[in-house]
Amino acid sequence: MRVMAQMAMVMNLDKCIGCHTCSVTCKQAWTNRAGTEYVWFNNVETRPGLGYPRGYEDQEEWQGGWVVKNGRLRLRAGGRFRKLATIFSNPKMPSIQDYYEPWTYDYETLLNAPAQKNFPVARPYSLISGKPINISWSANWDDDLGGSREHAAKDVMLKGIEDKVRMEFEQTFMFYLPRICEHCLNPSCAASCPSGAIYKREEDGIVLVDQDACRGWRMCITGCPYKKIYFNHKTGKAEKCTFCYPRVEVGIPTVCSETCVGRLRYIGLVLYDADRVLEAASAEDDTDLYESQLGVFLDPEDPEVQRAAEQAGIPGDWMEAARRSPVKKLIMDYKVALPLHPEYRTMPMVWYIPPLSPVVDVIKDTGYDAEDVDNLFGAIDTLRIPVEYLANLFTAGDVEPVNGVLKKLAAMRSYMRDINLGRDPRDEIPAAVGMEGEAMYDMFRLLAIAKYEERYVIPTAHAEQAHALEELATECAVSEYGGGQEIFGEGSGGAPTPVAVENFRVLQQAQTADTMEALPADNPMRGRINLLTWDGRGLPEGMFPRSAGDDEGGDR
Amino acid sequence: MTMFLWVIVPYVCLAVFVVGHVWRYRYDKFGWTTRSSQLYEDRLLRIGSPLFHFGMLGVVAGHVVGLVIPQVWTNALGLSPHTYHVIALAGGIPAGLAAVAGLVILVYRRRTTGPVFSATTVNDKVMYALLGTVILLGMWNTIAGSLLQFGGEYNYREGVSPWFRSIFLFRPEPELMAAAPLGFQAHALLAFLLFAMWPFTRLVHVFSAPIGYLTRPYLVYRSRDARPGSRAPQRGWERPELQKK
Repeated sequence: MRVMAQMAMVMNLDKCIGCHTCSVTCKQAWTNRAGTEYVWFNNVETRPGLGYPRGYEDQEEWQGGWVVKNGRLRLRAGGRFRKLATIFSNPKMPSIQDYYEPWTYDYETLLNAPAQKNFPVARPYSLISGKPINISWSANWDDDLGGSREHAAKDVMLKGIEDKVRMEFEQTFMFYLPRICEHCLNPSCAASCPSGAIYKREEDGIVLVDQDACRGWRMCITGCPYKKIYFNHKTGKAEKCTFCYPRVEVGIPTVCSETCVGRLRYIGLVLYDADRVLEAASAEDDTDLYESQLGVFLDPEDPEVQRAAEQAGIPGDWMEAARRSPVKKLIMDYKVALPLHPEYRTMPMVWYIPPLSPVVDVIKDTGYDAEDVDNLFGAIDTLRIPVEYLANLFTAGDVEPVNGVLKKLAAMRSYMRDINLGRDPRDEIPAAVGMEGEAMYDMFRLLAIAKYEERYVIPTAHAEQAHALEELATECAVSEYGGGQEIFGEGSGGAPTPVAVENFRVLQQAQTADTMEALPADNPMRGRINLLTWDGRGLPEGMFPRSAGDDEGGDR
Repeated sequence: MTMFLWVIVPYVCLAVFVVGHVWRYRYDKFGWTTRSSQLYEDRLLRIGSPLFHFGMLGVVAGHVVGLVIPQVWTNALGLSPHTYHVIALAGGIPAGLAAVAGLVILVYRRRTTGPVFSATTVNDKVMYALLGTVILLGMWNTIAGSLLQFGGEYNYREGVSPWFRSIFLFRPEPELMAAAPLGFQAHALLAFLLFAMWPFTRLVHVFSAPIGYLTRPYLVYRSRDARPGSRAPQRGWERPELQKK
């Protein structure tokens, strides 16, 4: 057993209102640079729909992920020799047209136009060619089923059920699917990289691209079946979602989670056995992959796992975080979260709670009680279209697990209504889906009212490491061994400035403390003056440097 | 002049080539890339790029054989100069034509595809002009000089090749090159200028040919500690120069 910790995310799709706040804040934080105009590390798709880039789920076409051939796991786009033979022109790389051509507007015309009869217009210009363009596609062109008669019908996930799905307005259903990099346990992007520039971090499993090692061969873009690796066309290097590692290292959630209006994202640790990943990813049938991935995860309560984790060097506070992890609860304990496209065999680690809303909406429309457990169960069994569609997304087409999850959510809805209305809770409802009443109540709490600290259980970079990360907190000031350099603020001097929010804890403590004297002894800000919290009364010690004639301490 | 062109220039260019690559690798790993434009345009690249690159691989292999292996060795193997020549032309001309055809397609694509053209820097343009000239001169030498034998027969393996080897043996023999036809002189001189320019252009991607991919495991794990710039230098035994004075 080789225990590894993985930072993972679960999204509760019932709560997503499709506001794109996560996408926008992510873009502002990470991809607002030249060369990444078309790049959305986080995007929100309306399903059924084509997604971004257009039709990325069609692996017959895009050749992403892994396949099992003769019992062995292989890259669908071809192995090492094939990659090197096609290195001069990647045969399966989406073009900018498959994403969309990014544009800006000629705002200057609005400001500089002379007085005229017609109102001046800011025309769109391509950010790629610099020429005026006619905008005809974008990252969410089919938002809210816009143009769905034309586009949604081409959704790859509708294959096999297209005759049953109607795109007529009255009979359709939809939900939103926010997507980030899956930070897979078996990442096919990393496996496709000829330079070995894509790596998985040992500590938290975050998959990153080493910008100094990437040589721009573009094989990762084909390799990733979720098309969540992007080519920066200005720098010529691959870029991807970083799981906001500088934030996560200091214990705060990713930007997309932090700003999520619906509070639908959960972040936490999952422990897994790295030695079993390959075997699990090689499961014979696509429909076995959900179960086989569950089998890779380790229970942090198991003493044997705890012992192995200690040997693997996983710190105690990380084990504690793994025990409290909301992600672990939703995936392993309640089993309501499902992986996105397990059939790609990359063992994705951003999981989803499928939406019950398409089912609830149908019952509501027919005038029946949409919170009655029997109505809901009946609808889940008979409403094959949304369920089969969800199964195509989350369980490689196996409707059983999706049915199970939806029934749990339906049962929770019914069970909690009784409690909220002051009626006696009916224990046969949770029993019908194989749960205890108490567990169901806990699940309700986690899904409905969990606070920030319960939704995001993120252990910081381990204490000893954090000490080294905080430049100021090391006992040795930079200037003292830099050879005569003076300190000009934090991070000055010859040493490289840490990428992480290196002084996050130090500054956070300083900004929230009542007085600087109240800070912990190891905080280097202790005893300093904080002008923001100084009330103007008195002259604190150390506010001004002592001058030669100042020994009497007279007034200034 | 002979001394300058065939001794000083080659050594200066080679020195710039070596030192330049070391410098670039140390200080500009971030800029070390192929700077692919496949995202913008795919159709022409799919034909032109493999044609050019595979052609160039053949051309480079031909140069290695022609320049590095002395004529006496092939003679000893029983290959007469004439037979060698036929083999060299049979291999070299298709490879050269592929490279030229690829280059023409790629340059046409670069000029006519708006986004690709606007992503082309001055550095790129100078490099393409030089590279194109060197390749065309090489083709001229092969076809006009060796195949059709304009201006008499010239065996480069008795002139250019020994001169090329003499440079690396640090016993330069410039008079060999001074006696060579103009086409060969221009080809060699511009090639050395290209070498001098090499480390400062996108051509550096030649040296990141990912051969290691064939042997490394598919998945790469790395510790956070290994991330560059993630922590201040530690005090310790290994860093005596960082001790307090």
